[in-house]
Amino acid sequence: MPSLNDYLILAAILFAIGTAGVFLRRNLITILLSIEIMLNAVNLTFVAFGRALGSADGQIIVFFVMTVAAAEAAVGLAIVISLFRHRESLNPETFTLLKW
Amino acid sequence: MTVFYLFASIAVGASLLVIAQRNPVYSVLLLIASFGALSGLYILLDAPFVAVIQIVVYAGAIMVLFLFVVMLLNAPQEDTEFDARTHPLLRPGPMKFGALLAAAFTGELIWALTRAGGGSGGFAGGAVSSVEALGRILFTDYAFAFEVTSVLILVAMVGAVLLARRDDRPGSRF
Repeated sequence: MPSLNDYLILAAILFAIGTAGVFLRRNLITILLSIEIMLNAVNLTFVAFGRALGSADGQIIVFFVMTVAAAEAAVGLAIVISLFRHRESLNPETFTLLKW
Repeated sequence: MTVFYLFASIAVGASLLVIAQRNPVYSVLLLIASFGALSGLYILLDAPFVAVIQIVVYAGAIMVLFLFVVMLLNAPQEDTEFDARTHPLLRPGPMKFGALLAAAFTGELIWALTRAGGGSGGFAGGAVSSVEALGRILFTDYAFAFEVTSVLILVAMVGAVLLARRDDRPGSRF
């Protein structure tokens, strides 16, 4: 049977993949997808800890994280659509109006 | 343990391919595969409710929303010439920094967790896995948070509609 550490290591690897995606990719959609990977890694940690502690709170918090992820995806994609209308591009390098 | 490694390798492999793909449509589909594997892991963790909403809400609703937007925008692929010329680690500035940061982060976490030595051989104690018990907790202890969540969803919905709306009035910048 896999132990708590196995799940935590897997979640750490997934979270790092998400971090790498946010920094390495030049596409707004893929960056949002990387954020979803990170959120899922954290969900896995919550469920694993909840299971290890014999508590239901981990699963409840995952429920709330998923709600926030849905809201974030809706607003994020709306912003992406709005930005794409302006510049016909999904590259974050294109949107440097606020860059000093 | 074999099942765990199977699901874990699917999740990690699919997630790696998500950030390696040029085509956003393939990225979204691979992320759905990754979520499926994670759902299997939730089953292994005695959390069938989370496993089901992972499939229904995440893979079913959120990812379809992503897919919808990708296809709606007919999203252009990334600058392949720039990507083909340079390896991520050789690129300037933040990209190199990000790649090194992610690698260091993984290394640190694995090092810390393997040193912790939290025993091998499953979990002690019982699991709360019935939907009835979860629902009871959700609507008693977490009732306030649950209600606030509905406000959050409402605000997100209004925000999404407002942001994605096309304003045709003359002189409007949005």
